Amino acid sequence: ALLSMGSAASAQDADKLVINGDLEMTTRAPAPEGLPFEEVISGWHFREDETQALETDDFDNPGMLMVERGQDLWNEVQGAAGKSCASCHGEAAESMKGVGAKTPFWSAEAKRPVNLELQINQCRTERMQAEPYKFDDPDQIAMVSFVRFQSRGMPVKLDLDQGDMKAWWERGKELYYTRFGQLDFSCASCHEQNAGKYLRADYLSQGQINGFPTYRLKDATLISTHNRFKGCVRDTRAEPFQPLSDEFMALEVYVAWRGTGLAVETPAVRH
Amino acid sequence: MRGLVAAAGAVALVMASVAAAAAVTAPEEVKVEDMTVAASLTGQPGDPAKGRSVFSSRSLGNCLACHANADLANELFQGDVGPDLTDVGGRYEPGQLRAIVVDSKQVFGEQTVMPAFYHAITDQRVRKDLAGKPILTAEQVEDLVAYLVTLKGK
Ligand code: HEC
Ligand code: HEC
Ligand code: HEC
Repeated sequence: ALLSMGSAASAQDADKLVINGDLEMTTRAPAPEGLPFEEVISGWHFREDETQALETDDFDNPGMLMVERGQDLWNEVQGAAGKSCASCHGEAAESMKGVGAKTPFWSAEAKRPVNLELQINQCRTERMQAEPYKFDDPDQIAMVSFVRFQSRGMPVKLDLDQGDMKAWWERGKELYYTRFGQLDFSCASCHEQNAGKYLRADYLSQGQINGFPTYRLKDATLISTHNRFKGCVRDTRAEPFQPLSDEFMALEVYVAWRGTGLAVETPAVRH
Repeated sequence: MRGLVAAAGAVALVMASVAAAAAVTAPEEVKVEDMTVAASLTGQPGDPAKGRSVFSSRSLGNCLACHANADLANELFQGDVGPDLTDVGGRYEPGQLRAIVVDSKQVFGEQTVMPAFYHAITDQRVRKDLAGKPILTAEQVEDLVAYLVTLKGK
């Protein structure tokens, strides 16, 4: 099917993403070796002009409200240890710059790759003596978005040399090409073999996660990476994996790597 | 391991469905030969009018997700993942169309993204309530084939 697609017209446009008139975003980058694409392309290019426009100005970007909420939470003392994130990490603009671009990263403490959800919960339980956030709690999404926003514009680059990252990457790759569900689709069926094609009401993108958490107009809220994964697996008529499970973490490592070089867009806007 | 009761229940169910529809070919019994399934899965001809709605229904064939079809021009957002089917009835024999719908992988190869519509999948985490069930029933496949045959272009 790859061959039969040949030179078929693709849906991604040639627009440039510039935010607030001055932040130029890398939305196309040379694909890392091992992908059948020449370029990796942000999901932004596959959306209609009106949707694209919302991401070009922070006053129009509905995801910015949650980022602001995250800013407030950053400074809020929570838990028995009497600490806020700021107690240890100070100014997020400095201490968190670049963290969202290397996510998921190896945690020596947990001996596994962690994403922002897991790292933040680790800080909450072990250092703040606070309750971990429940998955997709609005406060969790706000905090993850705020932390990742500190890397907006920076190119995605994972460090696969740390710990067992390579083994997790391999596992993620295997999952990416595994067909699931009654409809028998893998991630690659849609986002690799058919990126740029029209699937009912949607142009299929490459399924990149450089913009997550992403504001989805359909849901009128920010959607976390693992929530998106869950939705896509469910669309194959399969039982999805649990958010933050080893399977979805491995998949996140691999899918994040597939977007190497793309600018972090959090909070991106999609339809 | 399932309990004996469940096993006995399953046997009873199978026997009941065999008795009710003796002529229906079960998914695992269908043979694709020369990219063709010659005989009707129900032993009966399908109904093209019903097939038209199987084609367009999102919960049944959802064929428009991937294929355009001018006969359904009033339906918006027709996909282009697969070829336009507006005149597909002129390009294939009915037995070939049946084979493509039953299990496109046996016609186009393993790589195709077109799902097999009459093939029971039990592994690969299939949603529990759908495990072992084909996407369409034998009757719906026959209705669809009867409809596809009528697509001769516009
Ligand atoms: C008592 C101190 C403390 C508090 C409070 C704390 N952290 Fe941390 N945090 C740390 C330490 C120490 C590390 C490094 C851990 C490691 O290397 O595994 C860390 C690591 C991180 C990292 C990964 C940074 C990197 O460069 O990889 C993130 C993200 C983070 N914390 C976010 C938060 C957030 C958000 C909060 C509040 C909800 C918070 N932390 C509260 C001490 C703290
Ligand atoms: C049946 C088709 C299909 C399959 C299979 C599928 N997806 Fe998707 N996915 C979509 C559609 C449609 C969208 C929304 C349009 C777009 O951005 O591509 C989407 C969007 C996404 C997005 C959001 C992209 C963005 O820019 O916001 C990610 C990430 C994603 N998919 C990842 C995956 C992963 C990982 C898998 C496998 C577990 C997968 N998808 C399987 C159809 C699919
Ligand atoms: C997820 C995508 C998808 C869905 C859903 C789908 N198809 Fe297809 N179909 C394809 C692709 C792709 C091809 C081309 C074969 C290939 O290259 O893999 C194809 C080929 C065909 C062909 C052969 C067309 C030709 O010109 O050679 C027929 C007939 C067909 N499909 C019928 C159907 C019918 C009927 C349905 C609904 C019951 C359906 N398809 C649903 C993707 C799909």
